[in-house]
Amino acid sequence: MKTKEADFAYRLWRYDGAPGELIPLLQSAQDHFGYIPRRAIRYISGVTNTPESTVYGVITFYSQFRLQPMGKHQIRLCCGTACHVAGAPTLLDTLRDELGVEENGTTEDGLFTLFTVACLGCCSLAPAMMINDETYGKLAPGQVRRTIRKIRRQENKKAAMEEVGV
Amino acid sequence: MAKILVGMSTCGLSAGARDTYEELKKLLSDDSSHELTLTGCIGMCYREPLVEIRDNGTRTIYGDVDAGRAREIVDKHLANGTVIEDYAVYTEDASGRKGGAEEPFLTQQNRIVLRNCGVINPESIDEYTERGGYEATRRALTVMTPEQVVGEIKESGLRGRGGAGFPTGIKWSFAAGNDADQKYVVCNADEGDPGAFMDRSVLEGDPHAVLEGMIICGKAIGATFGYIYCRAEYPLAIARLEIAIEAARKKGYLGDDILGSGFDFDIKIKQGAGAFVCGEETALFASIEGERGMPRIRPPFPAEQGVWGKPTNNNNVETYANIPWIIVNGASAFRKYGTEKSPGTKVFALVGKIEKGGLAEVPMGTSIEELVFGIGGGIKDGGEFKPVQMGGPSGGCIPEHLKNTPVDFEHIPQTGAIMGSGGMVVLDATTCMVDIARFFLDFTQEESCGKCTCCRIGTKRMLETLERITTGEGNTEDIAHLQHLAQQIKQASLCGLGQTAPNPVLTTIDYYEDEYIAHISDKHCPAANCSALVSFNIDRDKCTGCTLCVRDCPVDAISGGKKQFHVIDQGKCVKCGKCITSCNFDAVYKA
Repeated sequence: MKTKEADFAYRLWRYDGAPGELIPLLQSAQDHFGYIPRRAIRYISGVTNTPESTVYGVITFYSQFRLQPMGKHQIRLCCGTACHVAGAPTLLDTLRDELGVEENGTTEDGLFTLFTVACLGCCSLAPAMMINDETYGKLAPGQVRRTIRKIRRQENKKAAMEEVGV
Repeated sequence: MAKILVGMSTCGLSAGARDTYEELKKLLSDDSSHELTLTGCIGMCYREPLVEIRDNGTRTIYGDVDAGRAREIVDKHLANGTVIEDYAVYTEDASGRKGGAEEPFLTQQNRIVLRNCGVINPESIDEYTERGGYEATRRALTVMTPEQVVGEIKESGLRGRGGAGFPTGIKWSFAAGNDADQKYVVCNADEGDPGAFMDRSVLEGDPHAVLEGMIICGKAIGATFGYIYCRAEYPLAIARLEIAIEAARKKGYLGDDILGSGFDFDIKIKQGAGAFVCGEETALFASIEGERGMPRIRPPFPAEQGVWGKPTNNNNVETYANIPWIIVNGASAFRKYGTEKSPGTKVFALVGKIEKGGLAEVPMGTSIEELVFGIGGGIKDGGEFKPVQMGGPSGGCIPEHLKNTPVDFEHIPQTGAIMGSGGMVVLDATTCMVDIARFFLDFTQEESCGKCTCCRIGTKRMLETLERITTGEGNTEDIAHLQHLAQQIKQASLCGLGQTAPNPVLTTIDYYEDEYIAHISDKHCPAANCSALVSFNIDRDKCTGCTLCVRDCPVDAISGGKKQFHVIDQGKCVKCGKCITSCNFDAVYKA
């Protein structure tokens, strides 16, 4: 459930000039839009009286912030040390090949965005990845492909159902 | 009445604890004689999801509990009181006798920081106070003077658990000695080292201990406000902290006039936004202030000018979690654990090629061998021990012949590694040491904030050199070139990230120079890891003849029809690795 505090417009309106609110405002914008669109930068810049270039500088410094919309399913492949030695590089190759995109890329159909992350913190399940909030552990290339294809099939089915109006 | 606890930390949840919990909830919905609750991580990550049954003074912990086993536990254990021996990992009867398959994993530990993790419900402040929680706060605020608190922490010899090991009491006395209208307490929960997750576990399993540590620090240095800077990748930790802060405010442990002592203190959570360098304290302060997280020049030190230019004390999660225990039990009790110069215990994350991966808390000075082979159960699948990697991207590799090294702030730096936050990645013979060095450089190069030229460009040049070596294009001057660059980066970088970034390269050159030479001169990767230097082969026992790799190979190097064994023509193979990623049966291997 979205609280009032999490609402981007509310936070902008409530902003009282307290210092140090730039990053929370950006996080709230990203929660709201799924990424940080040009107009959000303009709003934040206006409200906080910070130059747009400075806001942009903060956005690009932190890896959490996105300037492009993300796919419906966000894949986070863990590339921590434990996952690396357990075969994460091969899984990355597999995902690149299966999705046809590079890291940080989104598939043409808008279904998947591929990210690599430093560590998911579930090292005993290495190699691991997350798709949205679901964690998949002890992976092998074949399993990665099957998982992606399964989601793709479900999405295609959903789209087809919507088309015929079910 | 039995109490059922399901381990619901991130590690448990990723292993499926949510399903287990839901199943138990469904099964027990019309049975009010049992209490179902959640708890933090007890450290046995390798047996998650874990379910504990407490009944008439007995404890039984079951491992690998999926929905099916949950049903079995309800049918057998809860209904008839029969312990299911097959997957009871730890048992304790009413007289305190312990047993179970994984009993040594727990009984070989000394749990101070993890005293409540996996024992209490982290979302319940009452369970925390029942275990003696907030007693330390009461003492520090109503009985002791700030000088006495600082004195006790100094006396305990506690050293910062974030990596550098600076004595906590002395740090506090610096901040206490500086007069200002406002001071701050900062808790560094930006645990960024890949392979280390003890801070997350404490935040998820025992958040009040950290809050208490901060309140006591506030009293000791005269600060009335605290920030917890937690990485955004830990949503559950943030959620549990929020619950804990709210509960502490309601009970009067946070806010104005705490426990009638006249002392005010409040805490705010600041979410990180994904930058490894923000673990460096001055960069962390910049990030709290809403700027790009770039380190600042010291001096002035944080004790003089930290957050918002005010005197600030910054410690990490594990350090704060030690504080309440020390205040209640006294400095001399703390000194009973560990060594003369590194007292107390340390939590280690045992990960990688290890049989029992998880969290273990042991006294400082325990040897690597005891940790890896005693508690950790040795190398996975009976493999050959190579080194342990300590300290993440700032640390180094400690080889097999130094496995008797005691783990403390004196001995680990002598090996070229650092204590770091306690991540211990165990590697085996299938790990290429040049590739590990390249892996960490890839990380630090990516995370360098760009302020210092030598770090920004130096790490890039080192990475390029390592990439050349791992793809078989290295030349004989490369090793000297790497060492030269490493010295320059170490000397000329402003913050810890740059000063330690070359460590993984330097230690691997020190201990495994022959592997570098094999890559450079013989164009051979001894661990059969670096794709350009190995041959791809198909295991005849695993190949089912499905023709998937035959069809996928971009250069038609694989032959064999349906239901025939496939063979790779080494003359044609371009070593792209496509066949490994397309095989469903793990039949393709590098040699």
